[in-house]
Amino acid sequence: MPSVLVENYFRTEKLPQIWCPGCGHGIITRSIASAIEKSGIDKNKICIVSGIGCSSRAPGYLDFNTLHTTHGRALAFATGIKMAKPEIKVIVIMGDGDATAIGGNHLIHACRRNIGITAIVYNNSIYGMTGGQYSPTTPKYDKGTTAPYGNIDKAFDICKLAASAGATYVGRATAYHASLVTSLVQNAINNEGFSLIEAISMCPTYYGRKNKKGSAVSMMEWQKNSAINNEEFAKMSPEALEGKFLIGELKNSPEPEYTNEYQKIIDRLKKESQ
Amino acid sequence: MKSKVRLMQGNEACVEGAIAAGMRFYAGYPITPSTEIAELSAERLPLVGGRFMQMEDEIGGMAAIIGASLTGAKSMTATSGPGFSLKQENIGYASIAEVPCVIVNVQRGGPSTGMPTSPAQGEIMQARWGTHGDHPVIALTPSSVRETFDLTIKAFNFAEKYRTPVILLMDEVIGHMREKVQLPDPSEIVIIDRKRPDCSSEEYLPYEADNDLVPPMADFGTGYRYHVTGLVHDETGFPSNSTAVADKLIRRLSNKIEIHRDEIESWEEENTEDAEVLILSYGCVARSSKSAMNILRGRGIKVGTFRPITIWPFPEKRLRELAAKVKTIVVPEMNLGQLVLEVERICGCNAKIEKLNKVSCEIIYPEEIVSKIEEVL
Repeated sequence: MPSVLVENYFRTEKLPQIWCPGCGHGIITRSIASAIEKSGIDKNKICIVSGIGCSSRAPGYLDFNTLHTTHGRALAFATGIKMAKPEIKVIVIMGDGDATAIGGNHLIHACRRNIGITAIVYNNSIYGMTGGQYSPTTPKYDKGTTAPYGNIDKAFDICKLAASAGATYVGRATAYHASLVTSLVQNAINNEGFSLIEAISMCPTYYGRKNKKGSAVSMMEWQKNSAINNEEFAKMSPEALEGKFLIGELKNSPEPEYTNEYQKIIDRLKKESQ
Repeated sequence: MKSKVRLMQGNEACVEGAIAAGMRFYAGYPITPSTEIAELSAERLPLVGGRFMQMEDEIGGMAAIIGASLTGAKSMTATSGPGFSLKQENIGYASIAEVPCVIVNVQRGGPSTGMPTSPAQGEIMQARWGTHGDHPVIALTPSSVRETFDLTIKAFNFAEKYRTPVILLMDEVIGHMREKVQLPDPSEIVIIDRKRPDCSSEEYLPYEADNDLVPPMADFGTGYRYHVTGLVHDETGFPSNSTAVADKLIRRLSNKIEIHRDEIESWEEENTEDAEVLILSYGCVARSSKSAMNILRGRGIKVGTFRPITIWPFPEKRLRELAAKVKTIVVPEMNLGQLVLEVERICGCNAKIEKLNKVSCEIIYPEEIVSKIEEVL
């Protein structure tokens, strides 16, 4: 029997989902549904948009207006939806390659505009759908099918990228910290401007296997042991911080939202013509 | 009541036509020689409660108009050669997901950056086959400023009626040329809106087509919670790996245009009753063809003109009839011979076909057409 949350917010007839056993994407998707439930927003006024990749299959299971677009372009499609009908709450689900490689330009400009979209990046450090190629978030020297001798690219810090490009709400959590995903996404939805939540996921099938990270359980243990919050961060020495990453709310500084700014122009022109 | 006579540029007429057709969203990226379309849309749209966005790139412009159209807003983007190449993937998305939208391509010299402020007609085949996979296409080609206004409206109407991207294939001459025009009164303009579902949201099957092969389309945010994807999908809108579903979908997409060819196809012909030579041309070149016809008629040569207005679908039936009557068809094009391939396919056995091609990024002059015809007769 599906839970009340799943019954209310998932297209249960489409389950089970296509993700591999041990993948973190299902946990993150459920956490997003939980955040939507807590926000109390009318289901008919929410639109979920995705690009291409493992993560981008999530909207197909969620009971809203859902749009599965082209690789990397989810934010650009979402921008059109938000701009044409600002009353719709637009949530975008992307993968790490989708959001920061092929879609990197759309990402920084959506941040810069501070358009009212909530972006959630499922970061599993690999291109999973195509079978394990290295992505812009694969750690340096880790392996992928296209980095058989180790990846020499430096990894992106997605949250720093979004925050410095102008996103007004930024946070990070992991599949292990599922309730934190929910609370961050809830805050992100409440932020009028552009929000980005990085949800660290695990891909035992490709990233894990290529890099001898063990089972999904041991990959989640790594998430548990490597994630630190802001308070812990402040107390730790640089040596102790080696291999750790920050989770929690990383930026919260509201600014005027893009479609509201455009509406002001429309209103001003209307007034002037009267 | 007709509006007063105005001196207007082709690109300006395009925006006037778009607004008249109900455009309420534009997203694009600046590129010569189409930039005036973006500039004027930026000025005009907020005045009518619409919205303009300058996107971060051409791809984003195409993506944004699809997103906007899904909410019910009539949407357009405009570009030129390099940008038209960049938009192709998402044009295919609009095709398979059946999202109405209008893409204007003001052709300039190519390939690549080519010759940005000079005219060409190099995207005839790209307009047909630019995006990958089999897909339906409607592409309209104006040859005057007033016609640009009319065809922009038609482009929106076709996009809405058949739920498909429609390409308005202009060229730099038509885009930048200024002509005296009188626009029609809004009451004289026919506007078509997309079919929306009349069933409840529970009963709604987003990709179940009616007899016209076009499914009714619900606006996002109105309670019809359906799924849209660029993957092959069945009537429910959800992806399918069924070969039967793929076959059915791709054939329906193509057939929804094929079965309406009579409504879609348009052309203009002159002096074809007694013509022995037919000049077949489009866009700015059709203007030169008309002059060439008049010059040659003055010299006693029976010349007629045929101008396809819908390049795609090509007005095949009518051309086949004419090919049986004339001896020679001359096809002047500002490319190395693109539409002539279609002409050869349609009437190769019936008439002698002569090409006249120019890729120096300048218009074909009437005298050049006259010389060509005198040479081949």
